Amino acid sequence: MDRFVWTSGLLEINETLVIQQRGVRIYDGEEKIKFDAGTLLLSTHRLIWRDHKNHECCMAIPLSQIVFIEEQAAGIGKSAKIVVHLHTAPPNKEPGPFQSSKNSYIKLSFKEHGQIEFYRRLSEEMTQRRWENVPVSQSLQTNRGPQPGRIRAVGIVGIERKLEEKRKETDKNISEAFEDLSKLMIKAKEMVELSKSIANKIKDKQGDITEDETIRFKSYLLSMGIANPVTRETYGSGTQYHMQLARQLAGILQVPLEERGGIMSLTEVYCLVNRARGMELLSPEDLVNACKMLEALKLPLRLRVFDSGVMVIELQSHKEEEMVASALETVSEKGSLTSEEFAKLVGMSVLLAKERLLLAEKMGHLCRDDSVEGLRFYPNLFMTQS
Amino acid sequence: MHRRGVGAGAIAKKKLAEAKYKERGTVLAEDQLAQMSKQLDMFKTNLEEFASKHKQEIRKNPEFRVQFQDMCATIGVDPLASGKGFWSEMLGVGDFYYELGVQIIEVCLALKHRNGGLITLEELHQQVLKGRGKFAQDVSQDDLIRAIKKLKALGTGFGIIPVGGTYLIQSVPAELNMDHTVVLQLAENGYVTVSEIKACLKWETERARQVLEHLLKEGLAWLDLQAPGEAHYWLPALFTDLYSQEITAEEARETLP
Repeated sequence: MDRFVWTSGLLEINETLVIQQRGVRIYDGEEKIKFDAGTLLLSTHRLIWRDHKNHECCMAIPLSQIVFIEEQAAGIGKSAKIVVHLHTAPPNKEPGPFQSSKNSYIKLSFKEHGQIEFYRRLSEEMTQRRWENVPVSQSLQTNRGPQPGRIRAVGIVGIERKLEEKRKETDKNISEAFEDLSKLMIKAKEMVELSKSIANKIKDKQGDITEDETIRFKSYLLSMGIANPVTRETYGSGTQYHMQLARQLAGILQVPLEERGGIMSLTEVYCLVNRARGMELLSPEDLVNACKMLEALKLPLRLRVFDSGVMVIELQSHKEEEMVASALETVSEKGSLTSEEFAKLVGMSVLLAKERLLLAEKMGHLCRDDSVEGLRFYPNLFMTQS
Repeated sequence: MHRRGVGAGAIAKKKLAEAKYKERGTVLAEDQLAQMSKQLDMFKTNLEEFASKHKQEIRKNPEFRVQFQDMCATIGVDPLASGKGFWSEMLGVGDFYYELGVQIIEVCLALKHRNGGLITLEELHQQVLKGRGKFAQDVSQDDLIRAIKKLKALGTGFGIIPVGGTYLIQSVPAELNMDHTVVLQLAENGYVTVSEIKACLKWETERARQVLEHLLKEGLAWLDLQAPGEAHYWLPALFTDLYSQEITAEEARETLP
């Protein structure tokens, strides 16, 4: 910890910010010290830490001081960490938080995650060593680290050996996993080829493959994640699974729809349904494919796609066109409204409010005033006042 | 004199040949379907074995996830297409990405009043990590991009715009064409001006103005008439200072010019 120097935290000319991460705690070796909650910033030249509460408590280490870094995975109750091994401090070092320390390494604990990305960027900077090429002011120039053929600090050799072993072990695990994955992919590719061949046969002779067989085939494609080339003739891209799902959705969404005025965007539905499930979540495509079957299955909800591409689920009983009439009343009362204002008045999401106003405009009830101040809707007096 | 190939006899022969071919074709397709069913069962077993050995690898190692996704793409398989797919069920990749999708939607919704529905990948990453809490698993930026690509199916206008080495994520159905995107890419310091656009892109004033007006209308840019020199068009999506601040919708509205 005696390698840190106090700093203002401002970047020098030619020094660029690479990544920053909140919620980082610093350890001196294995010991917890008082710097327990701050933002860690990585620049092309330094590693900077700034206390969350007291922004003036800000310190930095030049990247040239770093010998090497290693990752420490998270555990139960423990955040993921990066261990940073350091050269000894140069004799002319500026003042910092610690005069001396028995440890030649520090640990950075990522209490709010972000360790993966930070480690990646730090590794990159350590490889590229941009601080060597881009000069900054004197205060950041410290020793460039011992040159190749260098004298190592005590204890580092042993650490490096352990690190090398660990790397080999990890590499072995990864390459085994990769090998197994490659074998798996070869088999998967065979399935893809087979399915293409079957699909072509189905396309050529519509009547000869039974409907049952087509349905079976579609479920195979779904299991493998192969895009369905046999399109919408029977039940669209839907399978038995999607039919079941459609029925489930009709049950789950009835009450939420009623609570929200009979209409919800598909994004809202996606979040609602998946939050409720907790696990075995639906993919976005699962949801869309199931919703496409709602009307065919004569369920009390339906999928609707607006001109803008926005997709919603409506209760069958919901008549958006009738809602337009009441929207017109609301707009007339206020003289004019933007989507945001209308949404707030009526208690809808801005997205759906905008769609309703656009629909009203399409039906000729409203006029738009499109300016830099935003999109505002007025009652269409051209229609009502001849 | 008889003409060759024409006449009831020739037609009948042709039809017979077709029927025979068809019959063979039908059998072949059925055979293939049965074959596929068997192969599917075998594949499922192989995948289960793979999962028992390496499921953790996928969960913990983001680089492995990237390789896995790339290999699937190469052979024409989408492991994230359905929660009911083998990949999702056995490797658990589905739940990881679908839940991430929910979190991304929620973050974008919460910040929309401030940035108009445009956010840098970095800020999105930070906010998602914050929301996931201490005990959840870490996610990489690549994971976010994949989750967002899947969300496009929901028709809500999720878009990924490359800008100078990173990405801007669009979460509202605002129309952004090439002109708009190119101007966004210019705004490195958080703002852009008409002169800058003319100088860098060699456009006419009118074209620059139109693009900036569109960004203003969509709520993606804020107009600063008090800036020194000419008007500055600020992009809240690029304000790195605002990372750590929590601004309510009221405060955001008050600061709007």
